[in-house]
Amino acid sequence: MFAMRIINTQEVIPVIRKLCIQACQHLSANVTNALKDARTQEESPLCQEILELLIENAEYADKNNLACCQDTGMTLIFMEIGQEVCWEGQPLSEAVDEGVRQGYRDGYLRKSVVADPIRRTNTGDNTPAVLYTEIVPGDQVTITVLPKGAGSENMCHVSMLTPADGTAGIKKAVLEAVDRAGGKPCPPLVIGIGLGGTMDKAAVLSKKALRRDIGERNKVPHLAELEKELLEEINKTGIGALGMGGTVTALDVHIEGYPTHIACLPLAITFQCHAYRHAQAVL
Amino acid sequence: MKITLPFTLEARESVKIGDVLELTGDIYTARDAAHGRIQEAVEKGEPLPIDLKGKTIFYCGPCPAGPGRVIGPLGPTTSARMDPYMEMMFQQGMAACIGKGDRAPYVAELCRKYKGVYLLGVGGAAALCANSVKEVEELAYPDLGTESIKRYYVEGFKVVVGIDTQGRSIQEVNIPKYRRC
Repeated sequence: MFAMRIINTQEVIPVIRKLCIQACQHLSANVTNALKDARTQEESPLCQEILELLIENAEYADKNNLACCQDTGMTLIFMEIGQEVCWEGQPLSEAVDEGVRQGYRDGYLRKSVVADPIRRTNTGDNTPAVLYTEIVPGDQVTITVLPKGAGSENMCHVSMLTPADGTAGIKKAVLEAVDRAGGKPCPPLVIGIGLGGTMDKAAVLSKKALRRDIGERNKVPHLAELEKELLEEINKTGIGALGMGGTVTALDVHIEGYPTHIACLPLAITFQCHAYRHAQAVL
Repeated sequence: MKITLPFTLEARESVKIGDVLELTGDIYTARDAAHGRIQEAVEKGEPLPIDLKGKTIFYCGPCPAGPGRVIGPLGPTTSARMDPYMEMMFQQGMAACIGKGDRAPYVAELCRKYKGVYLLGVGGAAALCANSVKEVEELAYPDLGTESIKRYYVEGFKVVVGIDTQGRSIQEVNIPKYRRC
């Protein structure tokens, strides 16, 4: 017999509030450094100027506690909940939404969520969040807040490839999606790729891939290799910063893989703009 | 290049793709929902909420203003969603629009036909961009929240010419220069 760790769901409210504000206002050094590297690598003078502005903007937003981009997104929240945790208090999803509500109010972040996809009335507080929970070993709760902007989200793509398509098919589908998206998703991009599982599993993996730092490779060697090859090929498309024509279209490609069916090769691509925002805390 | 708004025909015809402009004067925000309502008003023959003649329209939904600020962070949204409204807006007199990203090929043709220009804002430079906005007035559709029509008086608002009055687009000209596949 082991002791359960009891957590009142109220405890997540201030944590999520803070993570929403932190993610939207303060780009990490990992991202600003990647933008600085991009500026160095970029060959187009116009894109160099754009990248310079983006770096300056990130620094200004950070210093003045302002959202770095006005699209502060729909709020994606990943919670990895240790199986020794027992919740008490109000329903967890309500506490999560309260944290989002407070964060978007107190951080002066944009409220971009409509209550119904067809009737489209703004909920006024950016709730509900899109919440993914996962039960993991242990007694801790890891919370990741990922505000997801729509310019890039609208370019996302799912392909149900077949085993015969293989690596070549994956590359072709990714490059076609990048070309189709052009400047719309605000490059330089971070591309999240979910490979395997089922259609829905691949889609969620493509989002989870966006929790990783730029430059951090998949631990599976052949997936790490594919990430590097894709990054190189994406940067040959010529799209450049904001689609103005240049040599840096993506900052990184992150692949997350999962076992799949003998007949399947699901591929999901999430486009993430250069405001690569996410913040994490452990309860 | 410094441009004083309204964006006159002469000034529009003098700029070309890739030019970096600094706009000073009034620009008017309208994005998805406001365009939908304008289209509906035009179809029903109802009066429009603002006179679009000679106006520069900004596809933008800002963040709320924090203490001591006239407006929160703001910037262009993806323009392609406004493509279907483009001809209607030009017919109503729109002179220019500001957004981000490439557009459907027919938009370049419309810019040539109506002598309008498509300007690219710097997507994602929202905190800096807000500094160019000196005055804000909400003009219509307040129920739309961030999507309402607002007038911004801007000074030195930086944009890049994306499509010029000759119907040339920056993407079509610039991307092939750097393409290596």
